[in-house]
Amino acid sequence: MENRGRSAGEQLRYIRKQDPEYPEKLSFYDRMPAGLYVKGNLPDPEKKTVAMVGARNCSSYGRTQALQFAEQLAREGVQIISGLAYGIDAYSHQGALKGGGKTFAVLGCGADICYPKENYLIYEEILKTGGGILSEYEPGTPPLGWHFPIRNRVISALADLVLVVEARKKSGSLITVEYALEQGKSIFAVPGRVGDSCSQGCNSLIAQGAGIAWNPEVVLEELFGSWKERSGEAKQSGESFLLRFSEEERAVLRVLQTTELSLERISAESHLELRTAATVLTMLSLEGVVYCPSPGYYCRSEDWPSEEL
Amino acid sequence: MFCRCLSAANYGVETVPVYVEADVSDGFPCFTIVGYAGTQVKEAQERVRTALRNIGIRLPPKRITINLFPGNLRKEGTRFDLPIAVAILMAMEKIPVQGLEDFLFLGELHLDGTVGMVPGVLPSLILAKESGCSGCVIPAGNLKEGRIIRDLQVIGVSTLSDFLAFARERVIPPEQETAGKGEKQGETVPDFSEIRGQEALKRVSVIAAAGFHNLILSGPPGSGKSMAAKRIPTILPPLTEEESMELSGIYSIAGLLPENSGLLTQRPFQAPHHTISPSALCGGGRIPHPGEITLAHRGVLFLDEFPELKPATLEMLRQPLEERQITIARLESTCTFPAEFLLVAAMNPCPCGYHPDKNRCTCTMHDLRKYRQKLSGPILDRIDLRCDVQEVEYQDLKTGSGGQISSADMQQQVIHAAGIQRERYKKEGWLFNSELRPEAMERYCPLTEEAERLLSRAFTTLGLSARGYHRILKLARTIADLDQEEIIGTVHISEAISYRSRGQNGK
Repeated sequence: MENRGRSAGEQLRYIRKQDPEYPEKLSFYDRMPAGLYVKGNLPDPEKKTVAMVGARNCSSYGRTQALQFAEQLAREGVQIISGLAYGIDAYSHQGALKGGGKTFAVLGCGADICYPKENYLIYEEILKTGGGILSEYEPGTPPLGWHFPIRNRVISALADLVLVVEARKKSGSLITVEYALEQGKSIFAVPGRVGDSCSQGCNSLIAQGAGIAWNPEVVLEELFGSWKERSGEAKQSGESFLLRFSEEERAVLRVLQTTELSLERISAESHLELRTAATVLTMLSLEGVVYCPSPGYYCRSEDWPSEEL
Repeated sequence: MFCRCLSAANYGVETVPVYVEADVSDGFPCFTIVGYAGTQVKEAQERVRTALRNIGIRLPPKRITINLFPGNLRKEGTRFDLPIAVAILMAMEKIPVQGLEDFLFLGELHLDGTVGMVPGVLPSLILAKESGCSGCVIPAGNLKEGRIIRDLQVIGVSTLSDFLAFARERVIPPEQETAGKGEKQGETVPDFSEIRGQEALKRVSVIAAAGFHNLILSGPPGSGKSMAAKRIPTILPPLTEEESMELSGIYSIAGLLPENSGLLTQRPFQAPHHTISPSALCGGGRIPHPGEITLAHRGVLFLDEFPELKPATLEMLRQPLEERQITIARLESTCTFPAEFLLVAAMNPCPCGYHPDKNRCTCTMHDLRKYRQKLSGPILDRIDLRCDVQEVEYQDLKTGSGGQISSADMQQQVIHAAGIQRERYKKEGWLFNSELRPEAMERYCPLTEEAERLLSRAFTTLGLSARGYHRILKLARTIADLDQEEIIGTVHISEAISYRSRGQNGK
């Protein structure tokens, strides 16, 4: 692994369409880039690849789902492709990195530019773990608005399956879906609550016939034909999860949702004094089971067991 | 003949004695005022001449020279009218010098001989008392300030004739009762019990008041941020006599003393609009005038729509927040104003106001970032506490889980914690935990072993900066003081962490 990390190097390579290295998947379609600038590696054509796309301005629910799906898929050796944008893109990369998998970012600017620069750590980590940064634009090209919808065709083309995690009614992610449909890829969407504006796009995709990604196994089954849960890794049950915690902590955990609740709501619903609730939530955040998307608001984190408590 | 009498001038919040010297001698008839006098002071000659004539005293056709000493300090304002008249009257031998030589005079003259009110009387009276004057003659309208000072004869004159009667025959003019309003009784003082629900907001207010921690409130419009801010002065410990004097002095100079009493007994609450200019906020002017932050001294400065303040104005707050005073340098003088205020800032969580509710918030990531970037790191670093205020829910409005806890209850907690702090920091010369310096923290913030472990874990997990770490310790110190515990435990630390403000965890 060490060695690989180094061989990824900081060098930028240019791979032309006629080069043997050029991803075969891209050569099937029209209007593909004449060449790709690559930092790090290209996705392994032998391995299954999933493109995860979604809203930049996502909800806590979207964040959790992106992290969980990406982590689980990566753990099964699936490569995750996304666009390094804020929100779902960033969380997908992060989840994949956490699952120990490889992840690839297709940028709308030069591959030597990290845009947005807040995702710098992810950019570095992708390179260190043997993933790659891809771009059809020359090094030094600034991130121009119209580059982004165009690069989406590369994201979908490189993938075997496109997973939409959270999308609004009019979302850029739906552009990726359109390319994917043209290219004949399977499309899955993570369902959301009716009425949540962040999930309208996903829910309408499902209505139009997209696969319902209600857990990562569904996606794995689609990718590998049949897929059985590995027996060795028995999933933590809700009950054994709760056992680790004190009485007060359990009271708070039972109240928490995938969408954020305010400290006052949590305190009222768990029948704890405000101070106690604040104290407990801090401890749980440090444990990593609670996520605080914005000060004063809390929700379940991605480390939450899938089973209900 | 030459005569002189004492007056005083205000510079910033300081007061310096000024001697008014008059010389009436033979020569070409003229009236000159020298001694670095501003236009307002120069104009005094017309007021003095006319006022004297209107009470029947004509200035002789002689050479009249007035000097204001010390001559290197610029004098402004109309407060020297009366002392100039007094000095001339003495020089003309219209009134005896004896018995008035250690009196201090202040007052503006009208053309008919009425003595009008002037600002900044109280500090001059304090100066008079400290420098051993036997008495003061001030405008009758300023008598409410005169009554505050004990052991000093304060004569309030409403006309120049009143003064002549006093100077010649020691007739003390009868005190006119000022409408007899007394203390503000009719006005309702706001109270925390009027805020329904909002438990977190109340808790944070108590912590802020107890340790004098600056506070930022973030929440959707109409969630009660301003309501709470307005009520924070009601839970701060009552002003001590000394503090009350100091504050009244500042308000006297600014000409803002309340109408019915000379002494401020309530902690100030200043809430300037967010379009305020830097010099209005921090003080300024050719002769520096106290700004809002000085008027909020020992009280609350509430800045609503905090990110909407002009960047220049916002950054001006850095020095006063750090040093608890502001120094204004001007061509003629440098003034230092006290500014020990409790900053309560309010903001919306995002431009539209509904973040993190994604169903209602219409802001893009870019909008959010731009909005947050308006608050610079150094400013946020100086705000210890952050509270996210939620919209009040219907059942709270209706039945009100709040309503039980009143300002008085909260003030009790605060007074107690403040007492502990005063005792603890007696030697250090500060009053509150918010003033704790990092180097003194080890001495004053003992932690239980568990708390220590929790803090070190939080430090790495949350990616705290050294500043953030110290801030959490200071807050935990206050929370422990509220619980009357000497050693800081895990509950105090973890509660403090939950109120940390954004920007402390690298997010």
